[in-house]
Amino acid sequence: MPYQIIVCGGLAPDPLQTLEPVPGAASPGLKNEMMLPGVLDPWASHALYEAANLAKQHPGSTVRLVSLAPKAKLQQVLMTVAQKLPFELMALDGANNGFSDANETGKALGEAIAKLDPPMENLLVFGGWESATRGSGAVMQIVAERLGIADVFLAVDEIKVEEGGSFLVKERVEGGKHMVSRCSAPPAVLAWATGNLAEPPNHPQTGMANMRVIMPSLQKATPTAVGSGMSFASASLPKQVRETRIVKDTSAAEIAREIAEWLKQ
Amino acid sequence: MATTTSTSLPTLKTIPGDEIRQLLWRFEDRYDLAMLVQSVRAVARGPVARLVASGGRLSHDWTPEKDALLPEYDAAGITAAYMSPEEGGFLEGPKNFAMALIAFELAWVDAGAATCSLAQHLALSPIHERGTPEQQQRYMSLAAPAPGRKTFRGAFCLTEPIPYVGVETGMLGGRVRVAYWPTEEEMAAGKEPILEVSKRGRFITNMGFANFVTAAVDTDDERIKTSCMVILEETDEGTYDRGTPTKKLVHQLSSTSDPVFNMKVPASRIIGGYRIEDGKVVPNHDHSSVIEAVFRRTRVGVGLMTSSKLLSAIEPLIRYHRDRFRGSGAVTPGTPRFELGLQQKQDVTHRLLEIWAAGEASASLGFTTARLFDELDPLEKTKTAILAAHGIGGGMAEFKALKKRQVEAIEFLDMQDHLESLRPKARYQALAEDVVVQYVILDATANVLCPATKLWNTGYGSHMMREAVSLMGGYGITEDCPGFLSYKWMDTQLEATYEGPEAVQRRQMSVTMTNPVFLAQFRNWIHEMRRVASHDPGTGACTLASAMKLWTWTLDHLQLAKDANGTKLYQSNRQGVTFPMADALCWLLASRAQILDVERLAAEGPKNPALEDGLDGTVQFLRDLCHMQAARAAGEVARICTELVYGYLSHPSWTEPGCGACLSQNDLVSMEALVPGASGFSDETVGEGGVHETKAGPCAVHPGLNDFAKLRAKLEACMTGFQLAKDRAGDSLTKVMIPAALDYPQ
Ligand SMILES: Cc1cc2nc3c(=O)[nH]c(=O)nc-3n(C[C@H](O)[C@H](O)[C@H](O)COP(=O)(O)OP(=O)(O)OC[C@H]3O[C@@H](n4cnc5c(N)ncnc54)[C@H](O)[C@@H]3O)c2cc1C
Repeated sequence: MPYQIIVCGGLAPDPLQTLEPVPGAASPGLKNEMMLPGVLDPWASHALYEAANLAKQHPGSTVRLVSLAPKAKLQQVLMTVAQKLPFELMALDGANNGFSDANETGKALGEAIAKLDPPMENLLVFGGWESATRGSGAVMQIVAERLGIADVFLAVDEIKVEEGGSFLVKERVEGGKHMVSRCSAPPAVLAWATGNLAEPPNHPQTGMANMRVIMPSLQKATPTAVGSGMSFASASLPKQVRETRIVKDTSAAEIAREIAEWLKQ
Repeated sequence: MATTTSTSLPTLKTIPGDEIRQLLWRFEDRYDLAMLVQSVRAVARGPVARLVASGGRLSHDWTPEKDALLPEYDAAGITAAYMSPEEGGFLEGPKNFAMALIAFELAWVDAGAATCSLAQHLALSPIHERGTPEQQQRYMSLAAPAPGRKTFRGAFCLTEPIPYVGVETGMLGGRVRVAYWPTEEEMAAGKEPILEVSKRGRFITNMGFANFVTAAVDTDDERIKTSCMVILEETDEGTYDRGTPTKKLVHQLSSTSDPVFNMKVPASRIIGGYRIEDGKVVPNHDHSSVIEAVFRRTRVGVGLMTSSKLLSAIEPLIRYHRDRFRGSGAVTPGTPRFELGLQQKQDVTHRLLEIWAAGEASASLGFTTARLFDELDPLEKTKTAILAAHGIGGGMAEFKALKKRQVEAIEFLDMQDHLESLRPKARYQALAEDVVVQYVILDATANVLCPATKLWNTGYGSHMMREAVSLMGGYGITEDCPGFLSYKWMDTQLEATYEGPEAVQRRQMSVTMTNPVFLAQFRNWIHEMRRVASHDPGTGACTLASAMKLWTWTLDHLQLAKDANGTKLYQSNRQGVTFPMADALCWLLASRAQILDVERLAAEGPKNPALEDGLDGTVQFLRDLCHMQAARAAGEVARICTELVYGYLSHPSWTEPGCGACLSQNDLVSMEALVPGASGFSDETVGEGGVHETKAGPCAVHPGLNDFAKLRAKLEACMTGFQLAKDRAGDSLTKVMIPAALDYPQ
């Protein structure tokens, strides 16, 4: 069965940047956040890769990314994301960061998806189980609520479609274990952990094909103001001093070896 | 001067990111290029950086690890970026700017990787520029990566073992001869002459794996009319010996060796095709015309490699300086020593600013030139078609036809320099739409900007890269240096050498910069800089305009003047005159390009809401860098011009005939008695016993050079404010936020 997969994904600052909370007019923000390079939120990225993979296995499926982010910032991020896999875009142009209200963000995304009036019988809504910026783990559940979808899976690592249209979903649970559920049919909301797929390589050719559709959608992004039902007493970096070594592109085996050595010391 | 001395101006908040770069280098609307940048960057800062960090550069051989980078380039679109969509590429239109971006991104980590990719395009370039449609179709398509088949890779083989081709590209030892001349019947049946090609190469890039070679050869066979370039494939009959790897010390992620070829190929392998006239093979293009078309484009990318390395050094240097004393118990958080480290010392920030300014200026120059070639490419094709329609088909005939149009080109440029309301509209419009006239203008500009990019970016860049290394202290010259700075420094020497060392670029500029069309354009640029200065005085544009004026004055003077021996100064074998003038011009061109880019950022930046927070500070900082660079350029130009204008005059001596006119002490006393103060107007005196002052002779006075002296004095006064700009930029440097770590391994 072809699926309509809608992936919710926001932006996060590039993880190598130095992040420092600063007070803002309505809520705190990060120092120079708009000037810092951004990435598609890592959890949402995993969801997007899984969506593309599922769509590939089920010809006729479509993947659409719904993103609530400052339009200009999103455009830059798409220069990388859009060359990894084919998808369409629905952009909601508005400020959103780690201090935005998860509830309001969920509502805005849910309403935008509802407006598309997607047919429920083959709808799968994907997203990250939490965001790298806010980490509330609530947005996808609120989206599900708004759409009236009752089957919600959190910290998903795998989806396996069975003959007849039911699918198995593997969710992370305590103690490094997974819980496997069978869902009889869409619609469902899957909030992804890392999944099992590597980041697809860049492929400018794919990107250019994508951008022909994405750019007009980006131009048409709906201005979306996310209200805040919260007030912040203060925001600061964790006081505990961490010994952090920041490296990129290190293999899991190498990281494990280093940690084991450190534990032995 | 209030605007340039105020200390409350905004400062730089973050290192300029992609949005800023796209605006500066004018590709914010080209998402195809923005994607290419991201894709190339991922390869550079991923597999390329990992290979460098793991010691991949420590071997001369073409290792499996190095070879594994080739498919990475293919997958990222680097290889196909050169091809048109019909040939298996994905970018529409001219590719010079795209190629420049690729070179820039790869060289950010390793210029050898950039060279490896560039050499593939260099090999194809003779075919792309001058090949027959069949040659273009075959080789461009084979070289475009496609699933299920091996990508066909090439090498460009011009340089030969000593005593043959190096700088002097005419001294070819390689030969092409007729190995078999078909009978008349065979000819009628379409059989071609078979050629025997023997060629030895020296320092040929990509030879470790190239499947084909584009080789320059001369001929001593009377059945072949001229030299040419030929395509050799590894499967052709004969010897295709890749040779031993060159023991180079630089660009180790590219493959270089000294190959030997002795092969038989059909005459259709002559690049650009041939005709048979009077029983002779007449190549449509000799080797010089092919390589000229090739180098004028590929040299730009080489220049940008060095620019990229300069800019890549900024972040690791700031981090090193800031963190220098952190971690010692004695230096506690919150103290200036902890927070600023070595940035407390002014020299550290000022030197870093100079590196940064040079990086910005050279990148601006390089990308300006690359964009210019993108404009020029379609004009060139249309121009060729128009001339062909008039029966003019290249070579000397074309040269003459284009020369005739120079008058109109200059007329157009003159009109362009006037206010729009003062231009004769119809005539201006007609010339603006005349492709040949516009081609003549762009071509004259490109003929200067291309060698200037190669010469200045790599030459001065190499000098500044050494500065970068020195600012890292001992760490700078170790393999562990963050950002691979010492490798980058060494590599600059190759960038300054291959595709024509500095002497080649200077030689070309010394001719092209005297083209009246270029000079008309240059005079307009002086006015352009004054206009920029009138609304943005803090850019140094006025200083630059004054230096440009001094340079044109000097060039005019040198072209007419003679030295003390009566020998003409500006002539091709007098490189002591022509070469420094070329150097001086490079400084001006780079600084101009930098200023114009920042002006564009200031004008277009506010349209991007993502930049709202920090644009003011970024523009202010980049303008301060422009001001510094303009002053530096002005200083260099003043020095060079002064040396040349005065340096060829002979110094007067006490023994010269007119010297008897020196006044004696007694004369002075008498004069003073008659007109008090009058003795002060006499420079030279002779003391008792005819003894002169202890110096070389009477001070040199050149009333004929008063105009020069005035221009120079004005220029010096124009330096006002640039040190303030430097102080202000230095302040930014201590405040700018940088990422927590470099985004590639070390
Ligand atoms: C790593 C590497 C890769 C290379 N890759 C290629 C390749 O792929 N294909 C290829 O064909 N070549 C390649 N080359 C060759 C390169 O282009 C030549 O080395 C270069 O053009 C200079 O030639 P040369 O070394 O013979 O210097 P020479 O001709 O011996 O010149 C030496 C120096 O003498 C001076 N000089 C010479 N002539 C003049 C003059 N007329 N006026 C003033 N000064 C002068 C200059 O200072 C010059 O730098 C490569 C070289 C290297 C080192």
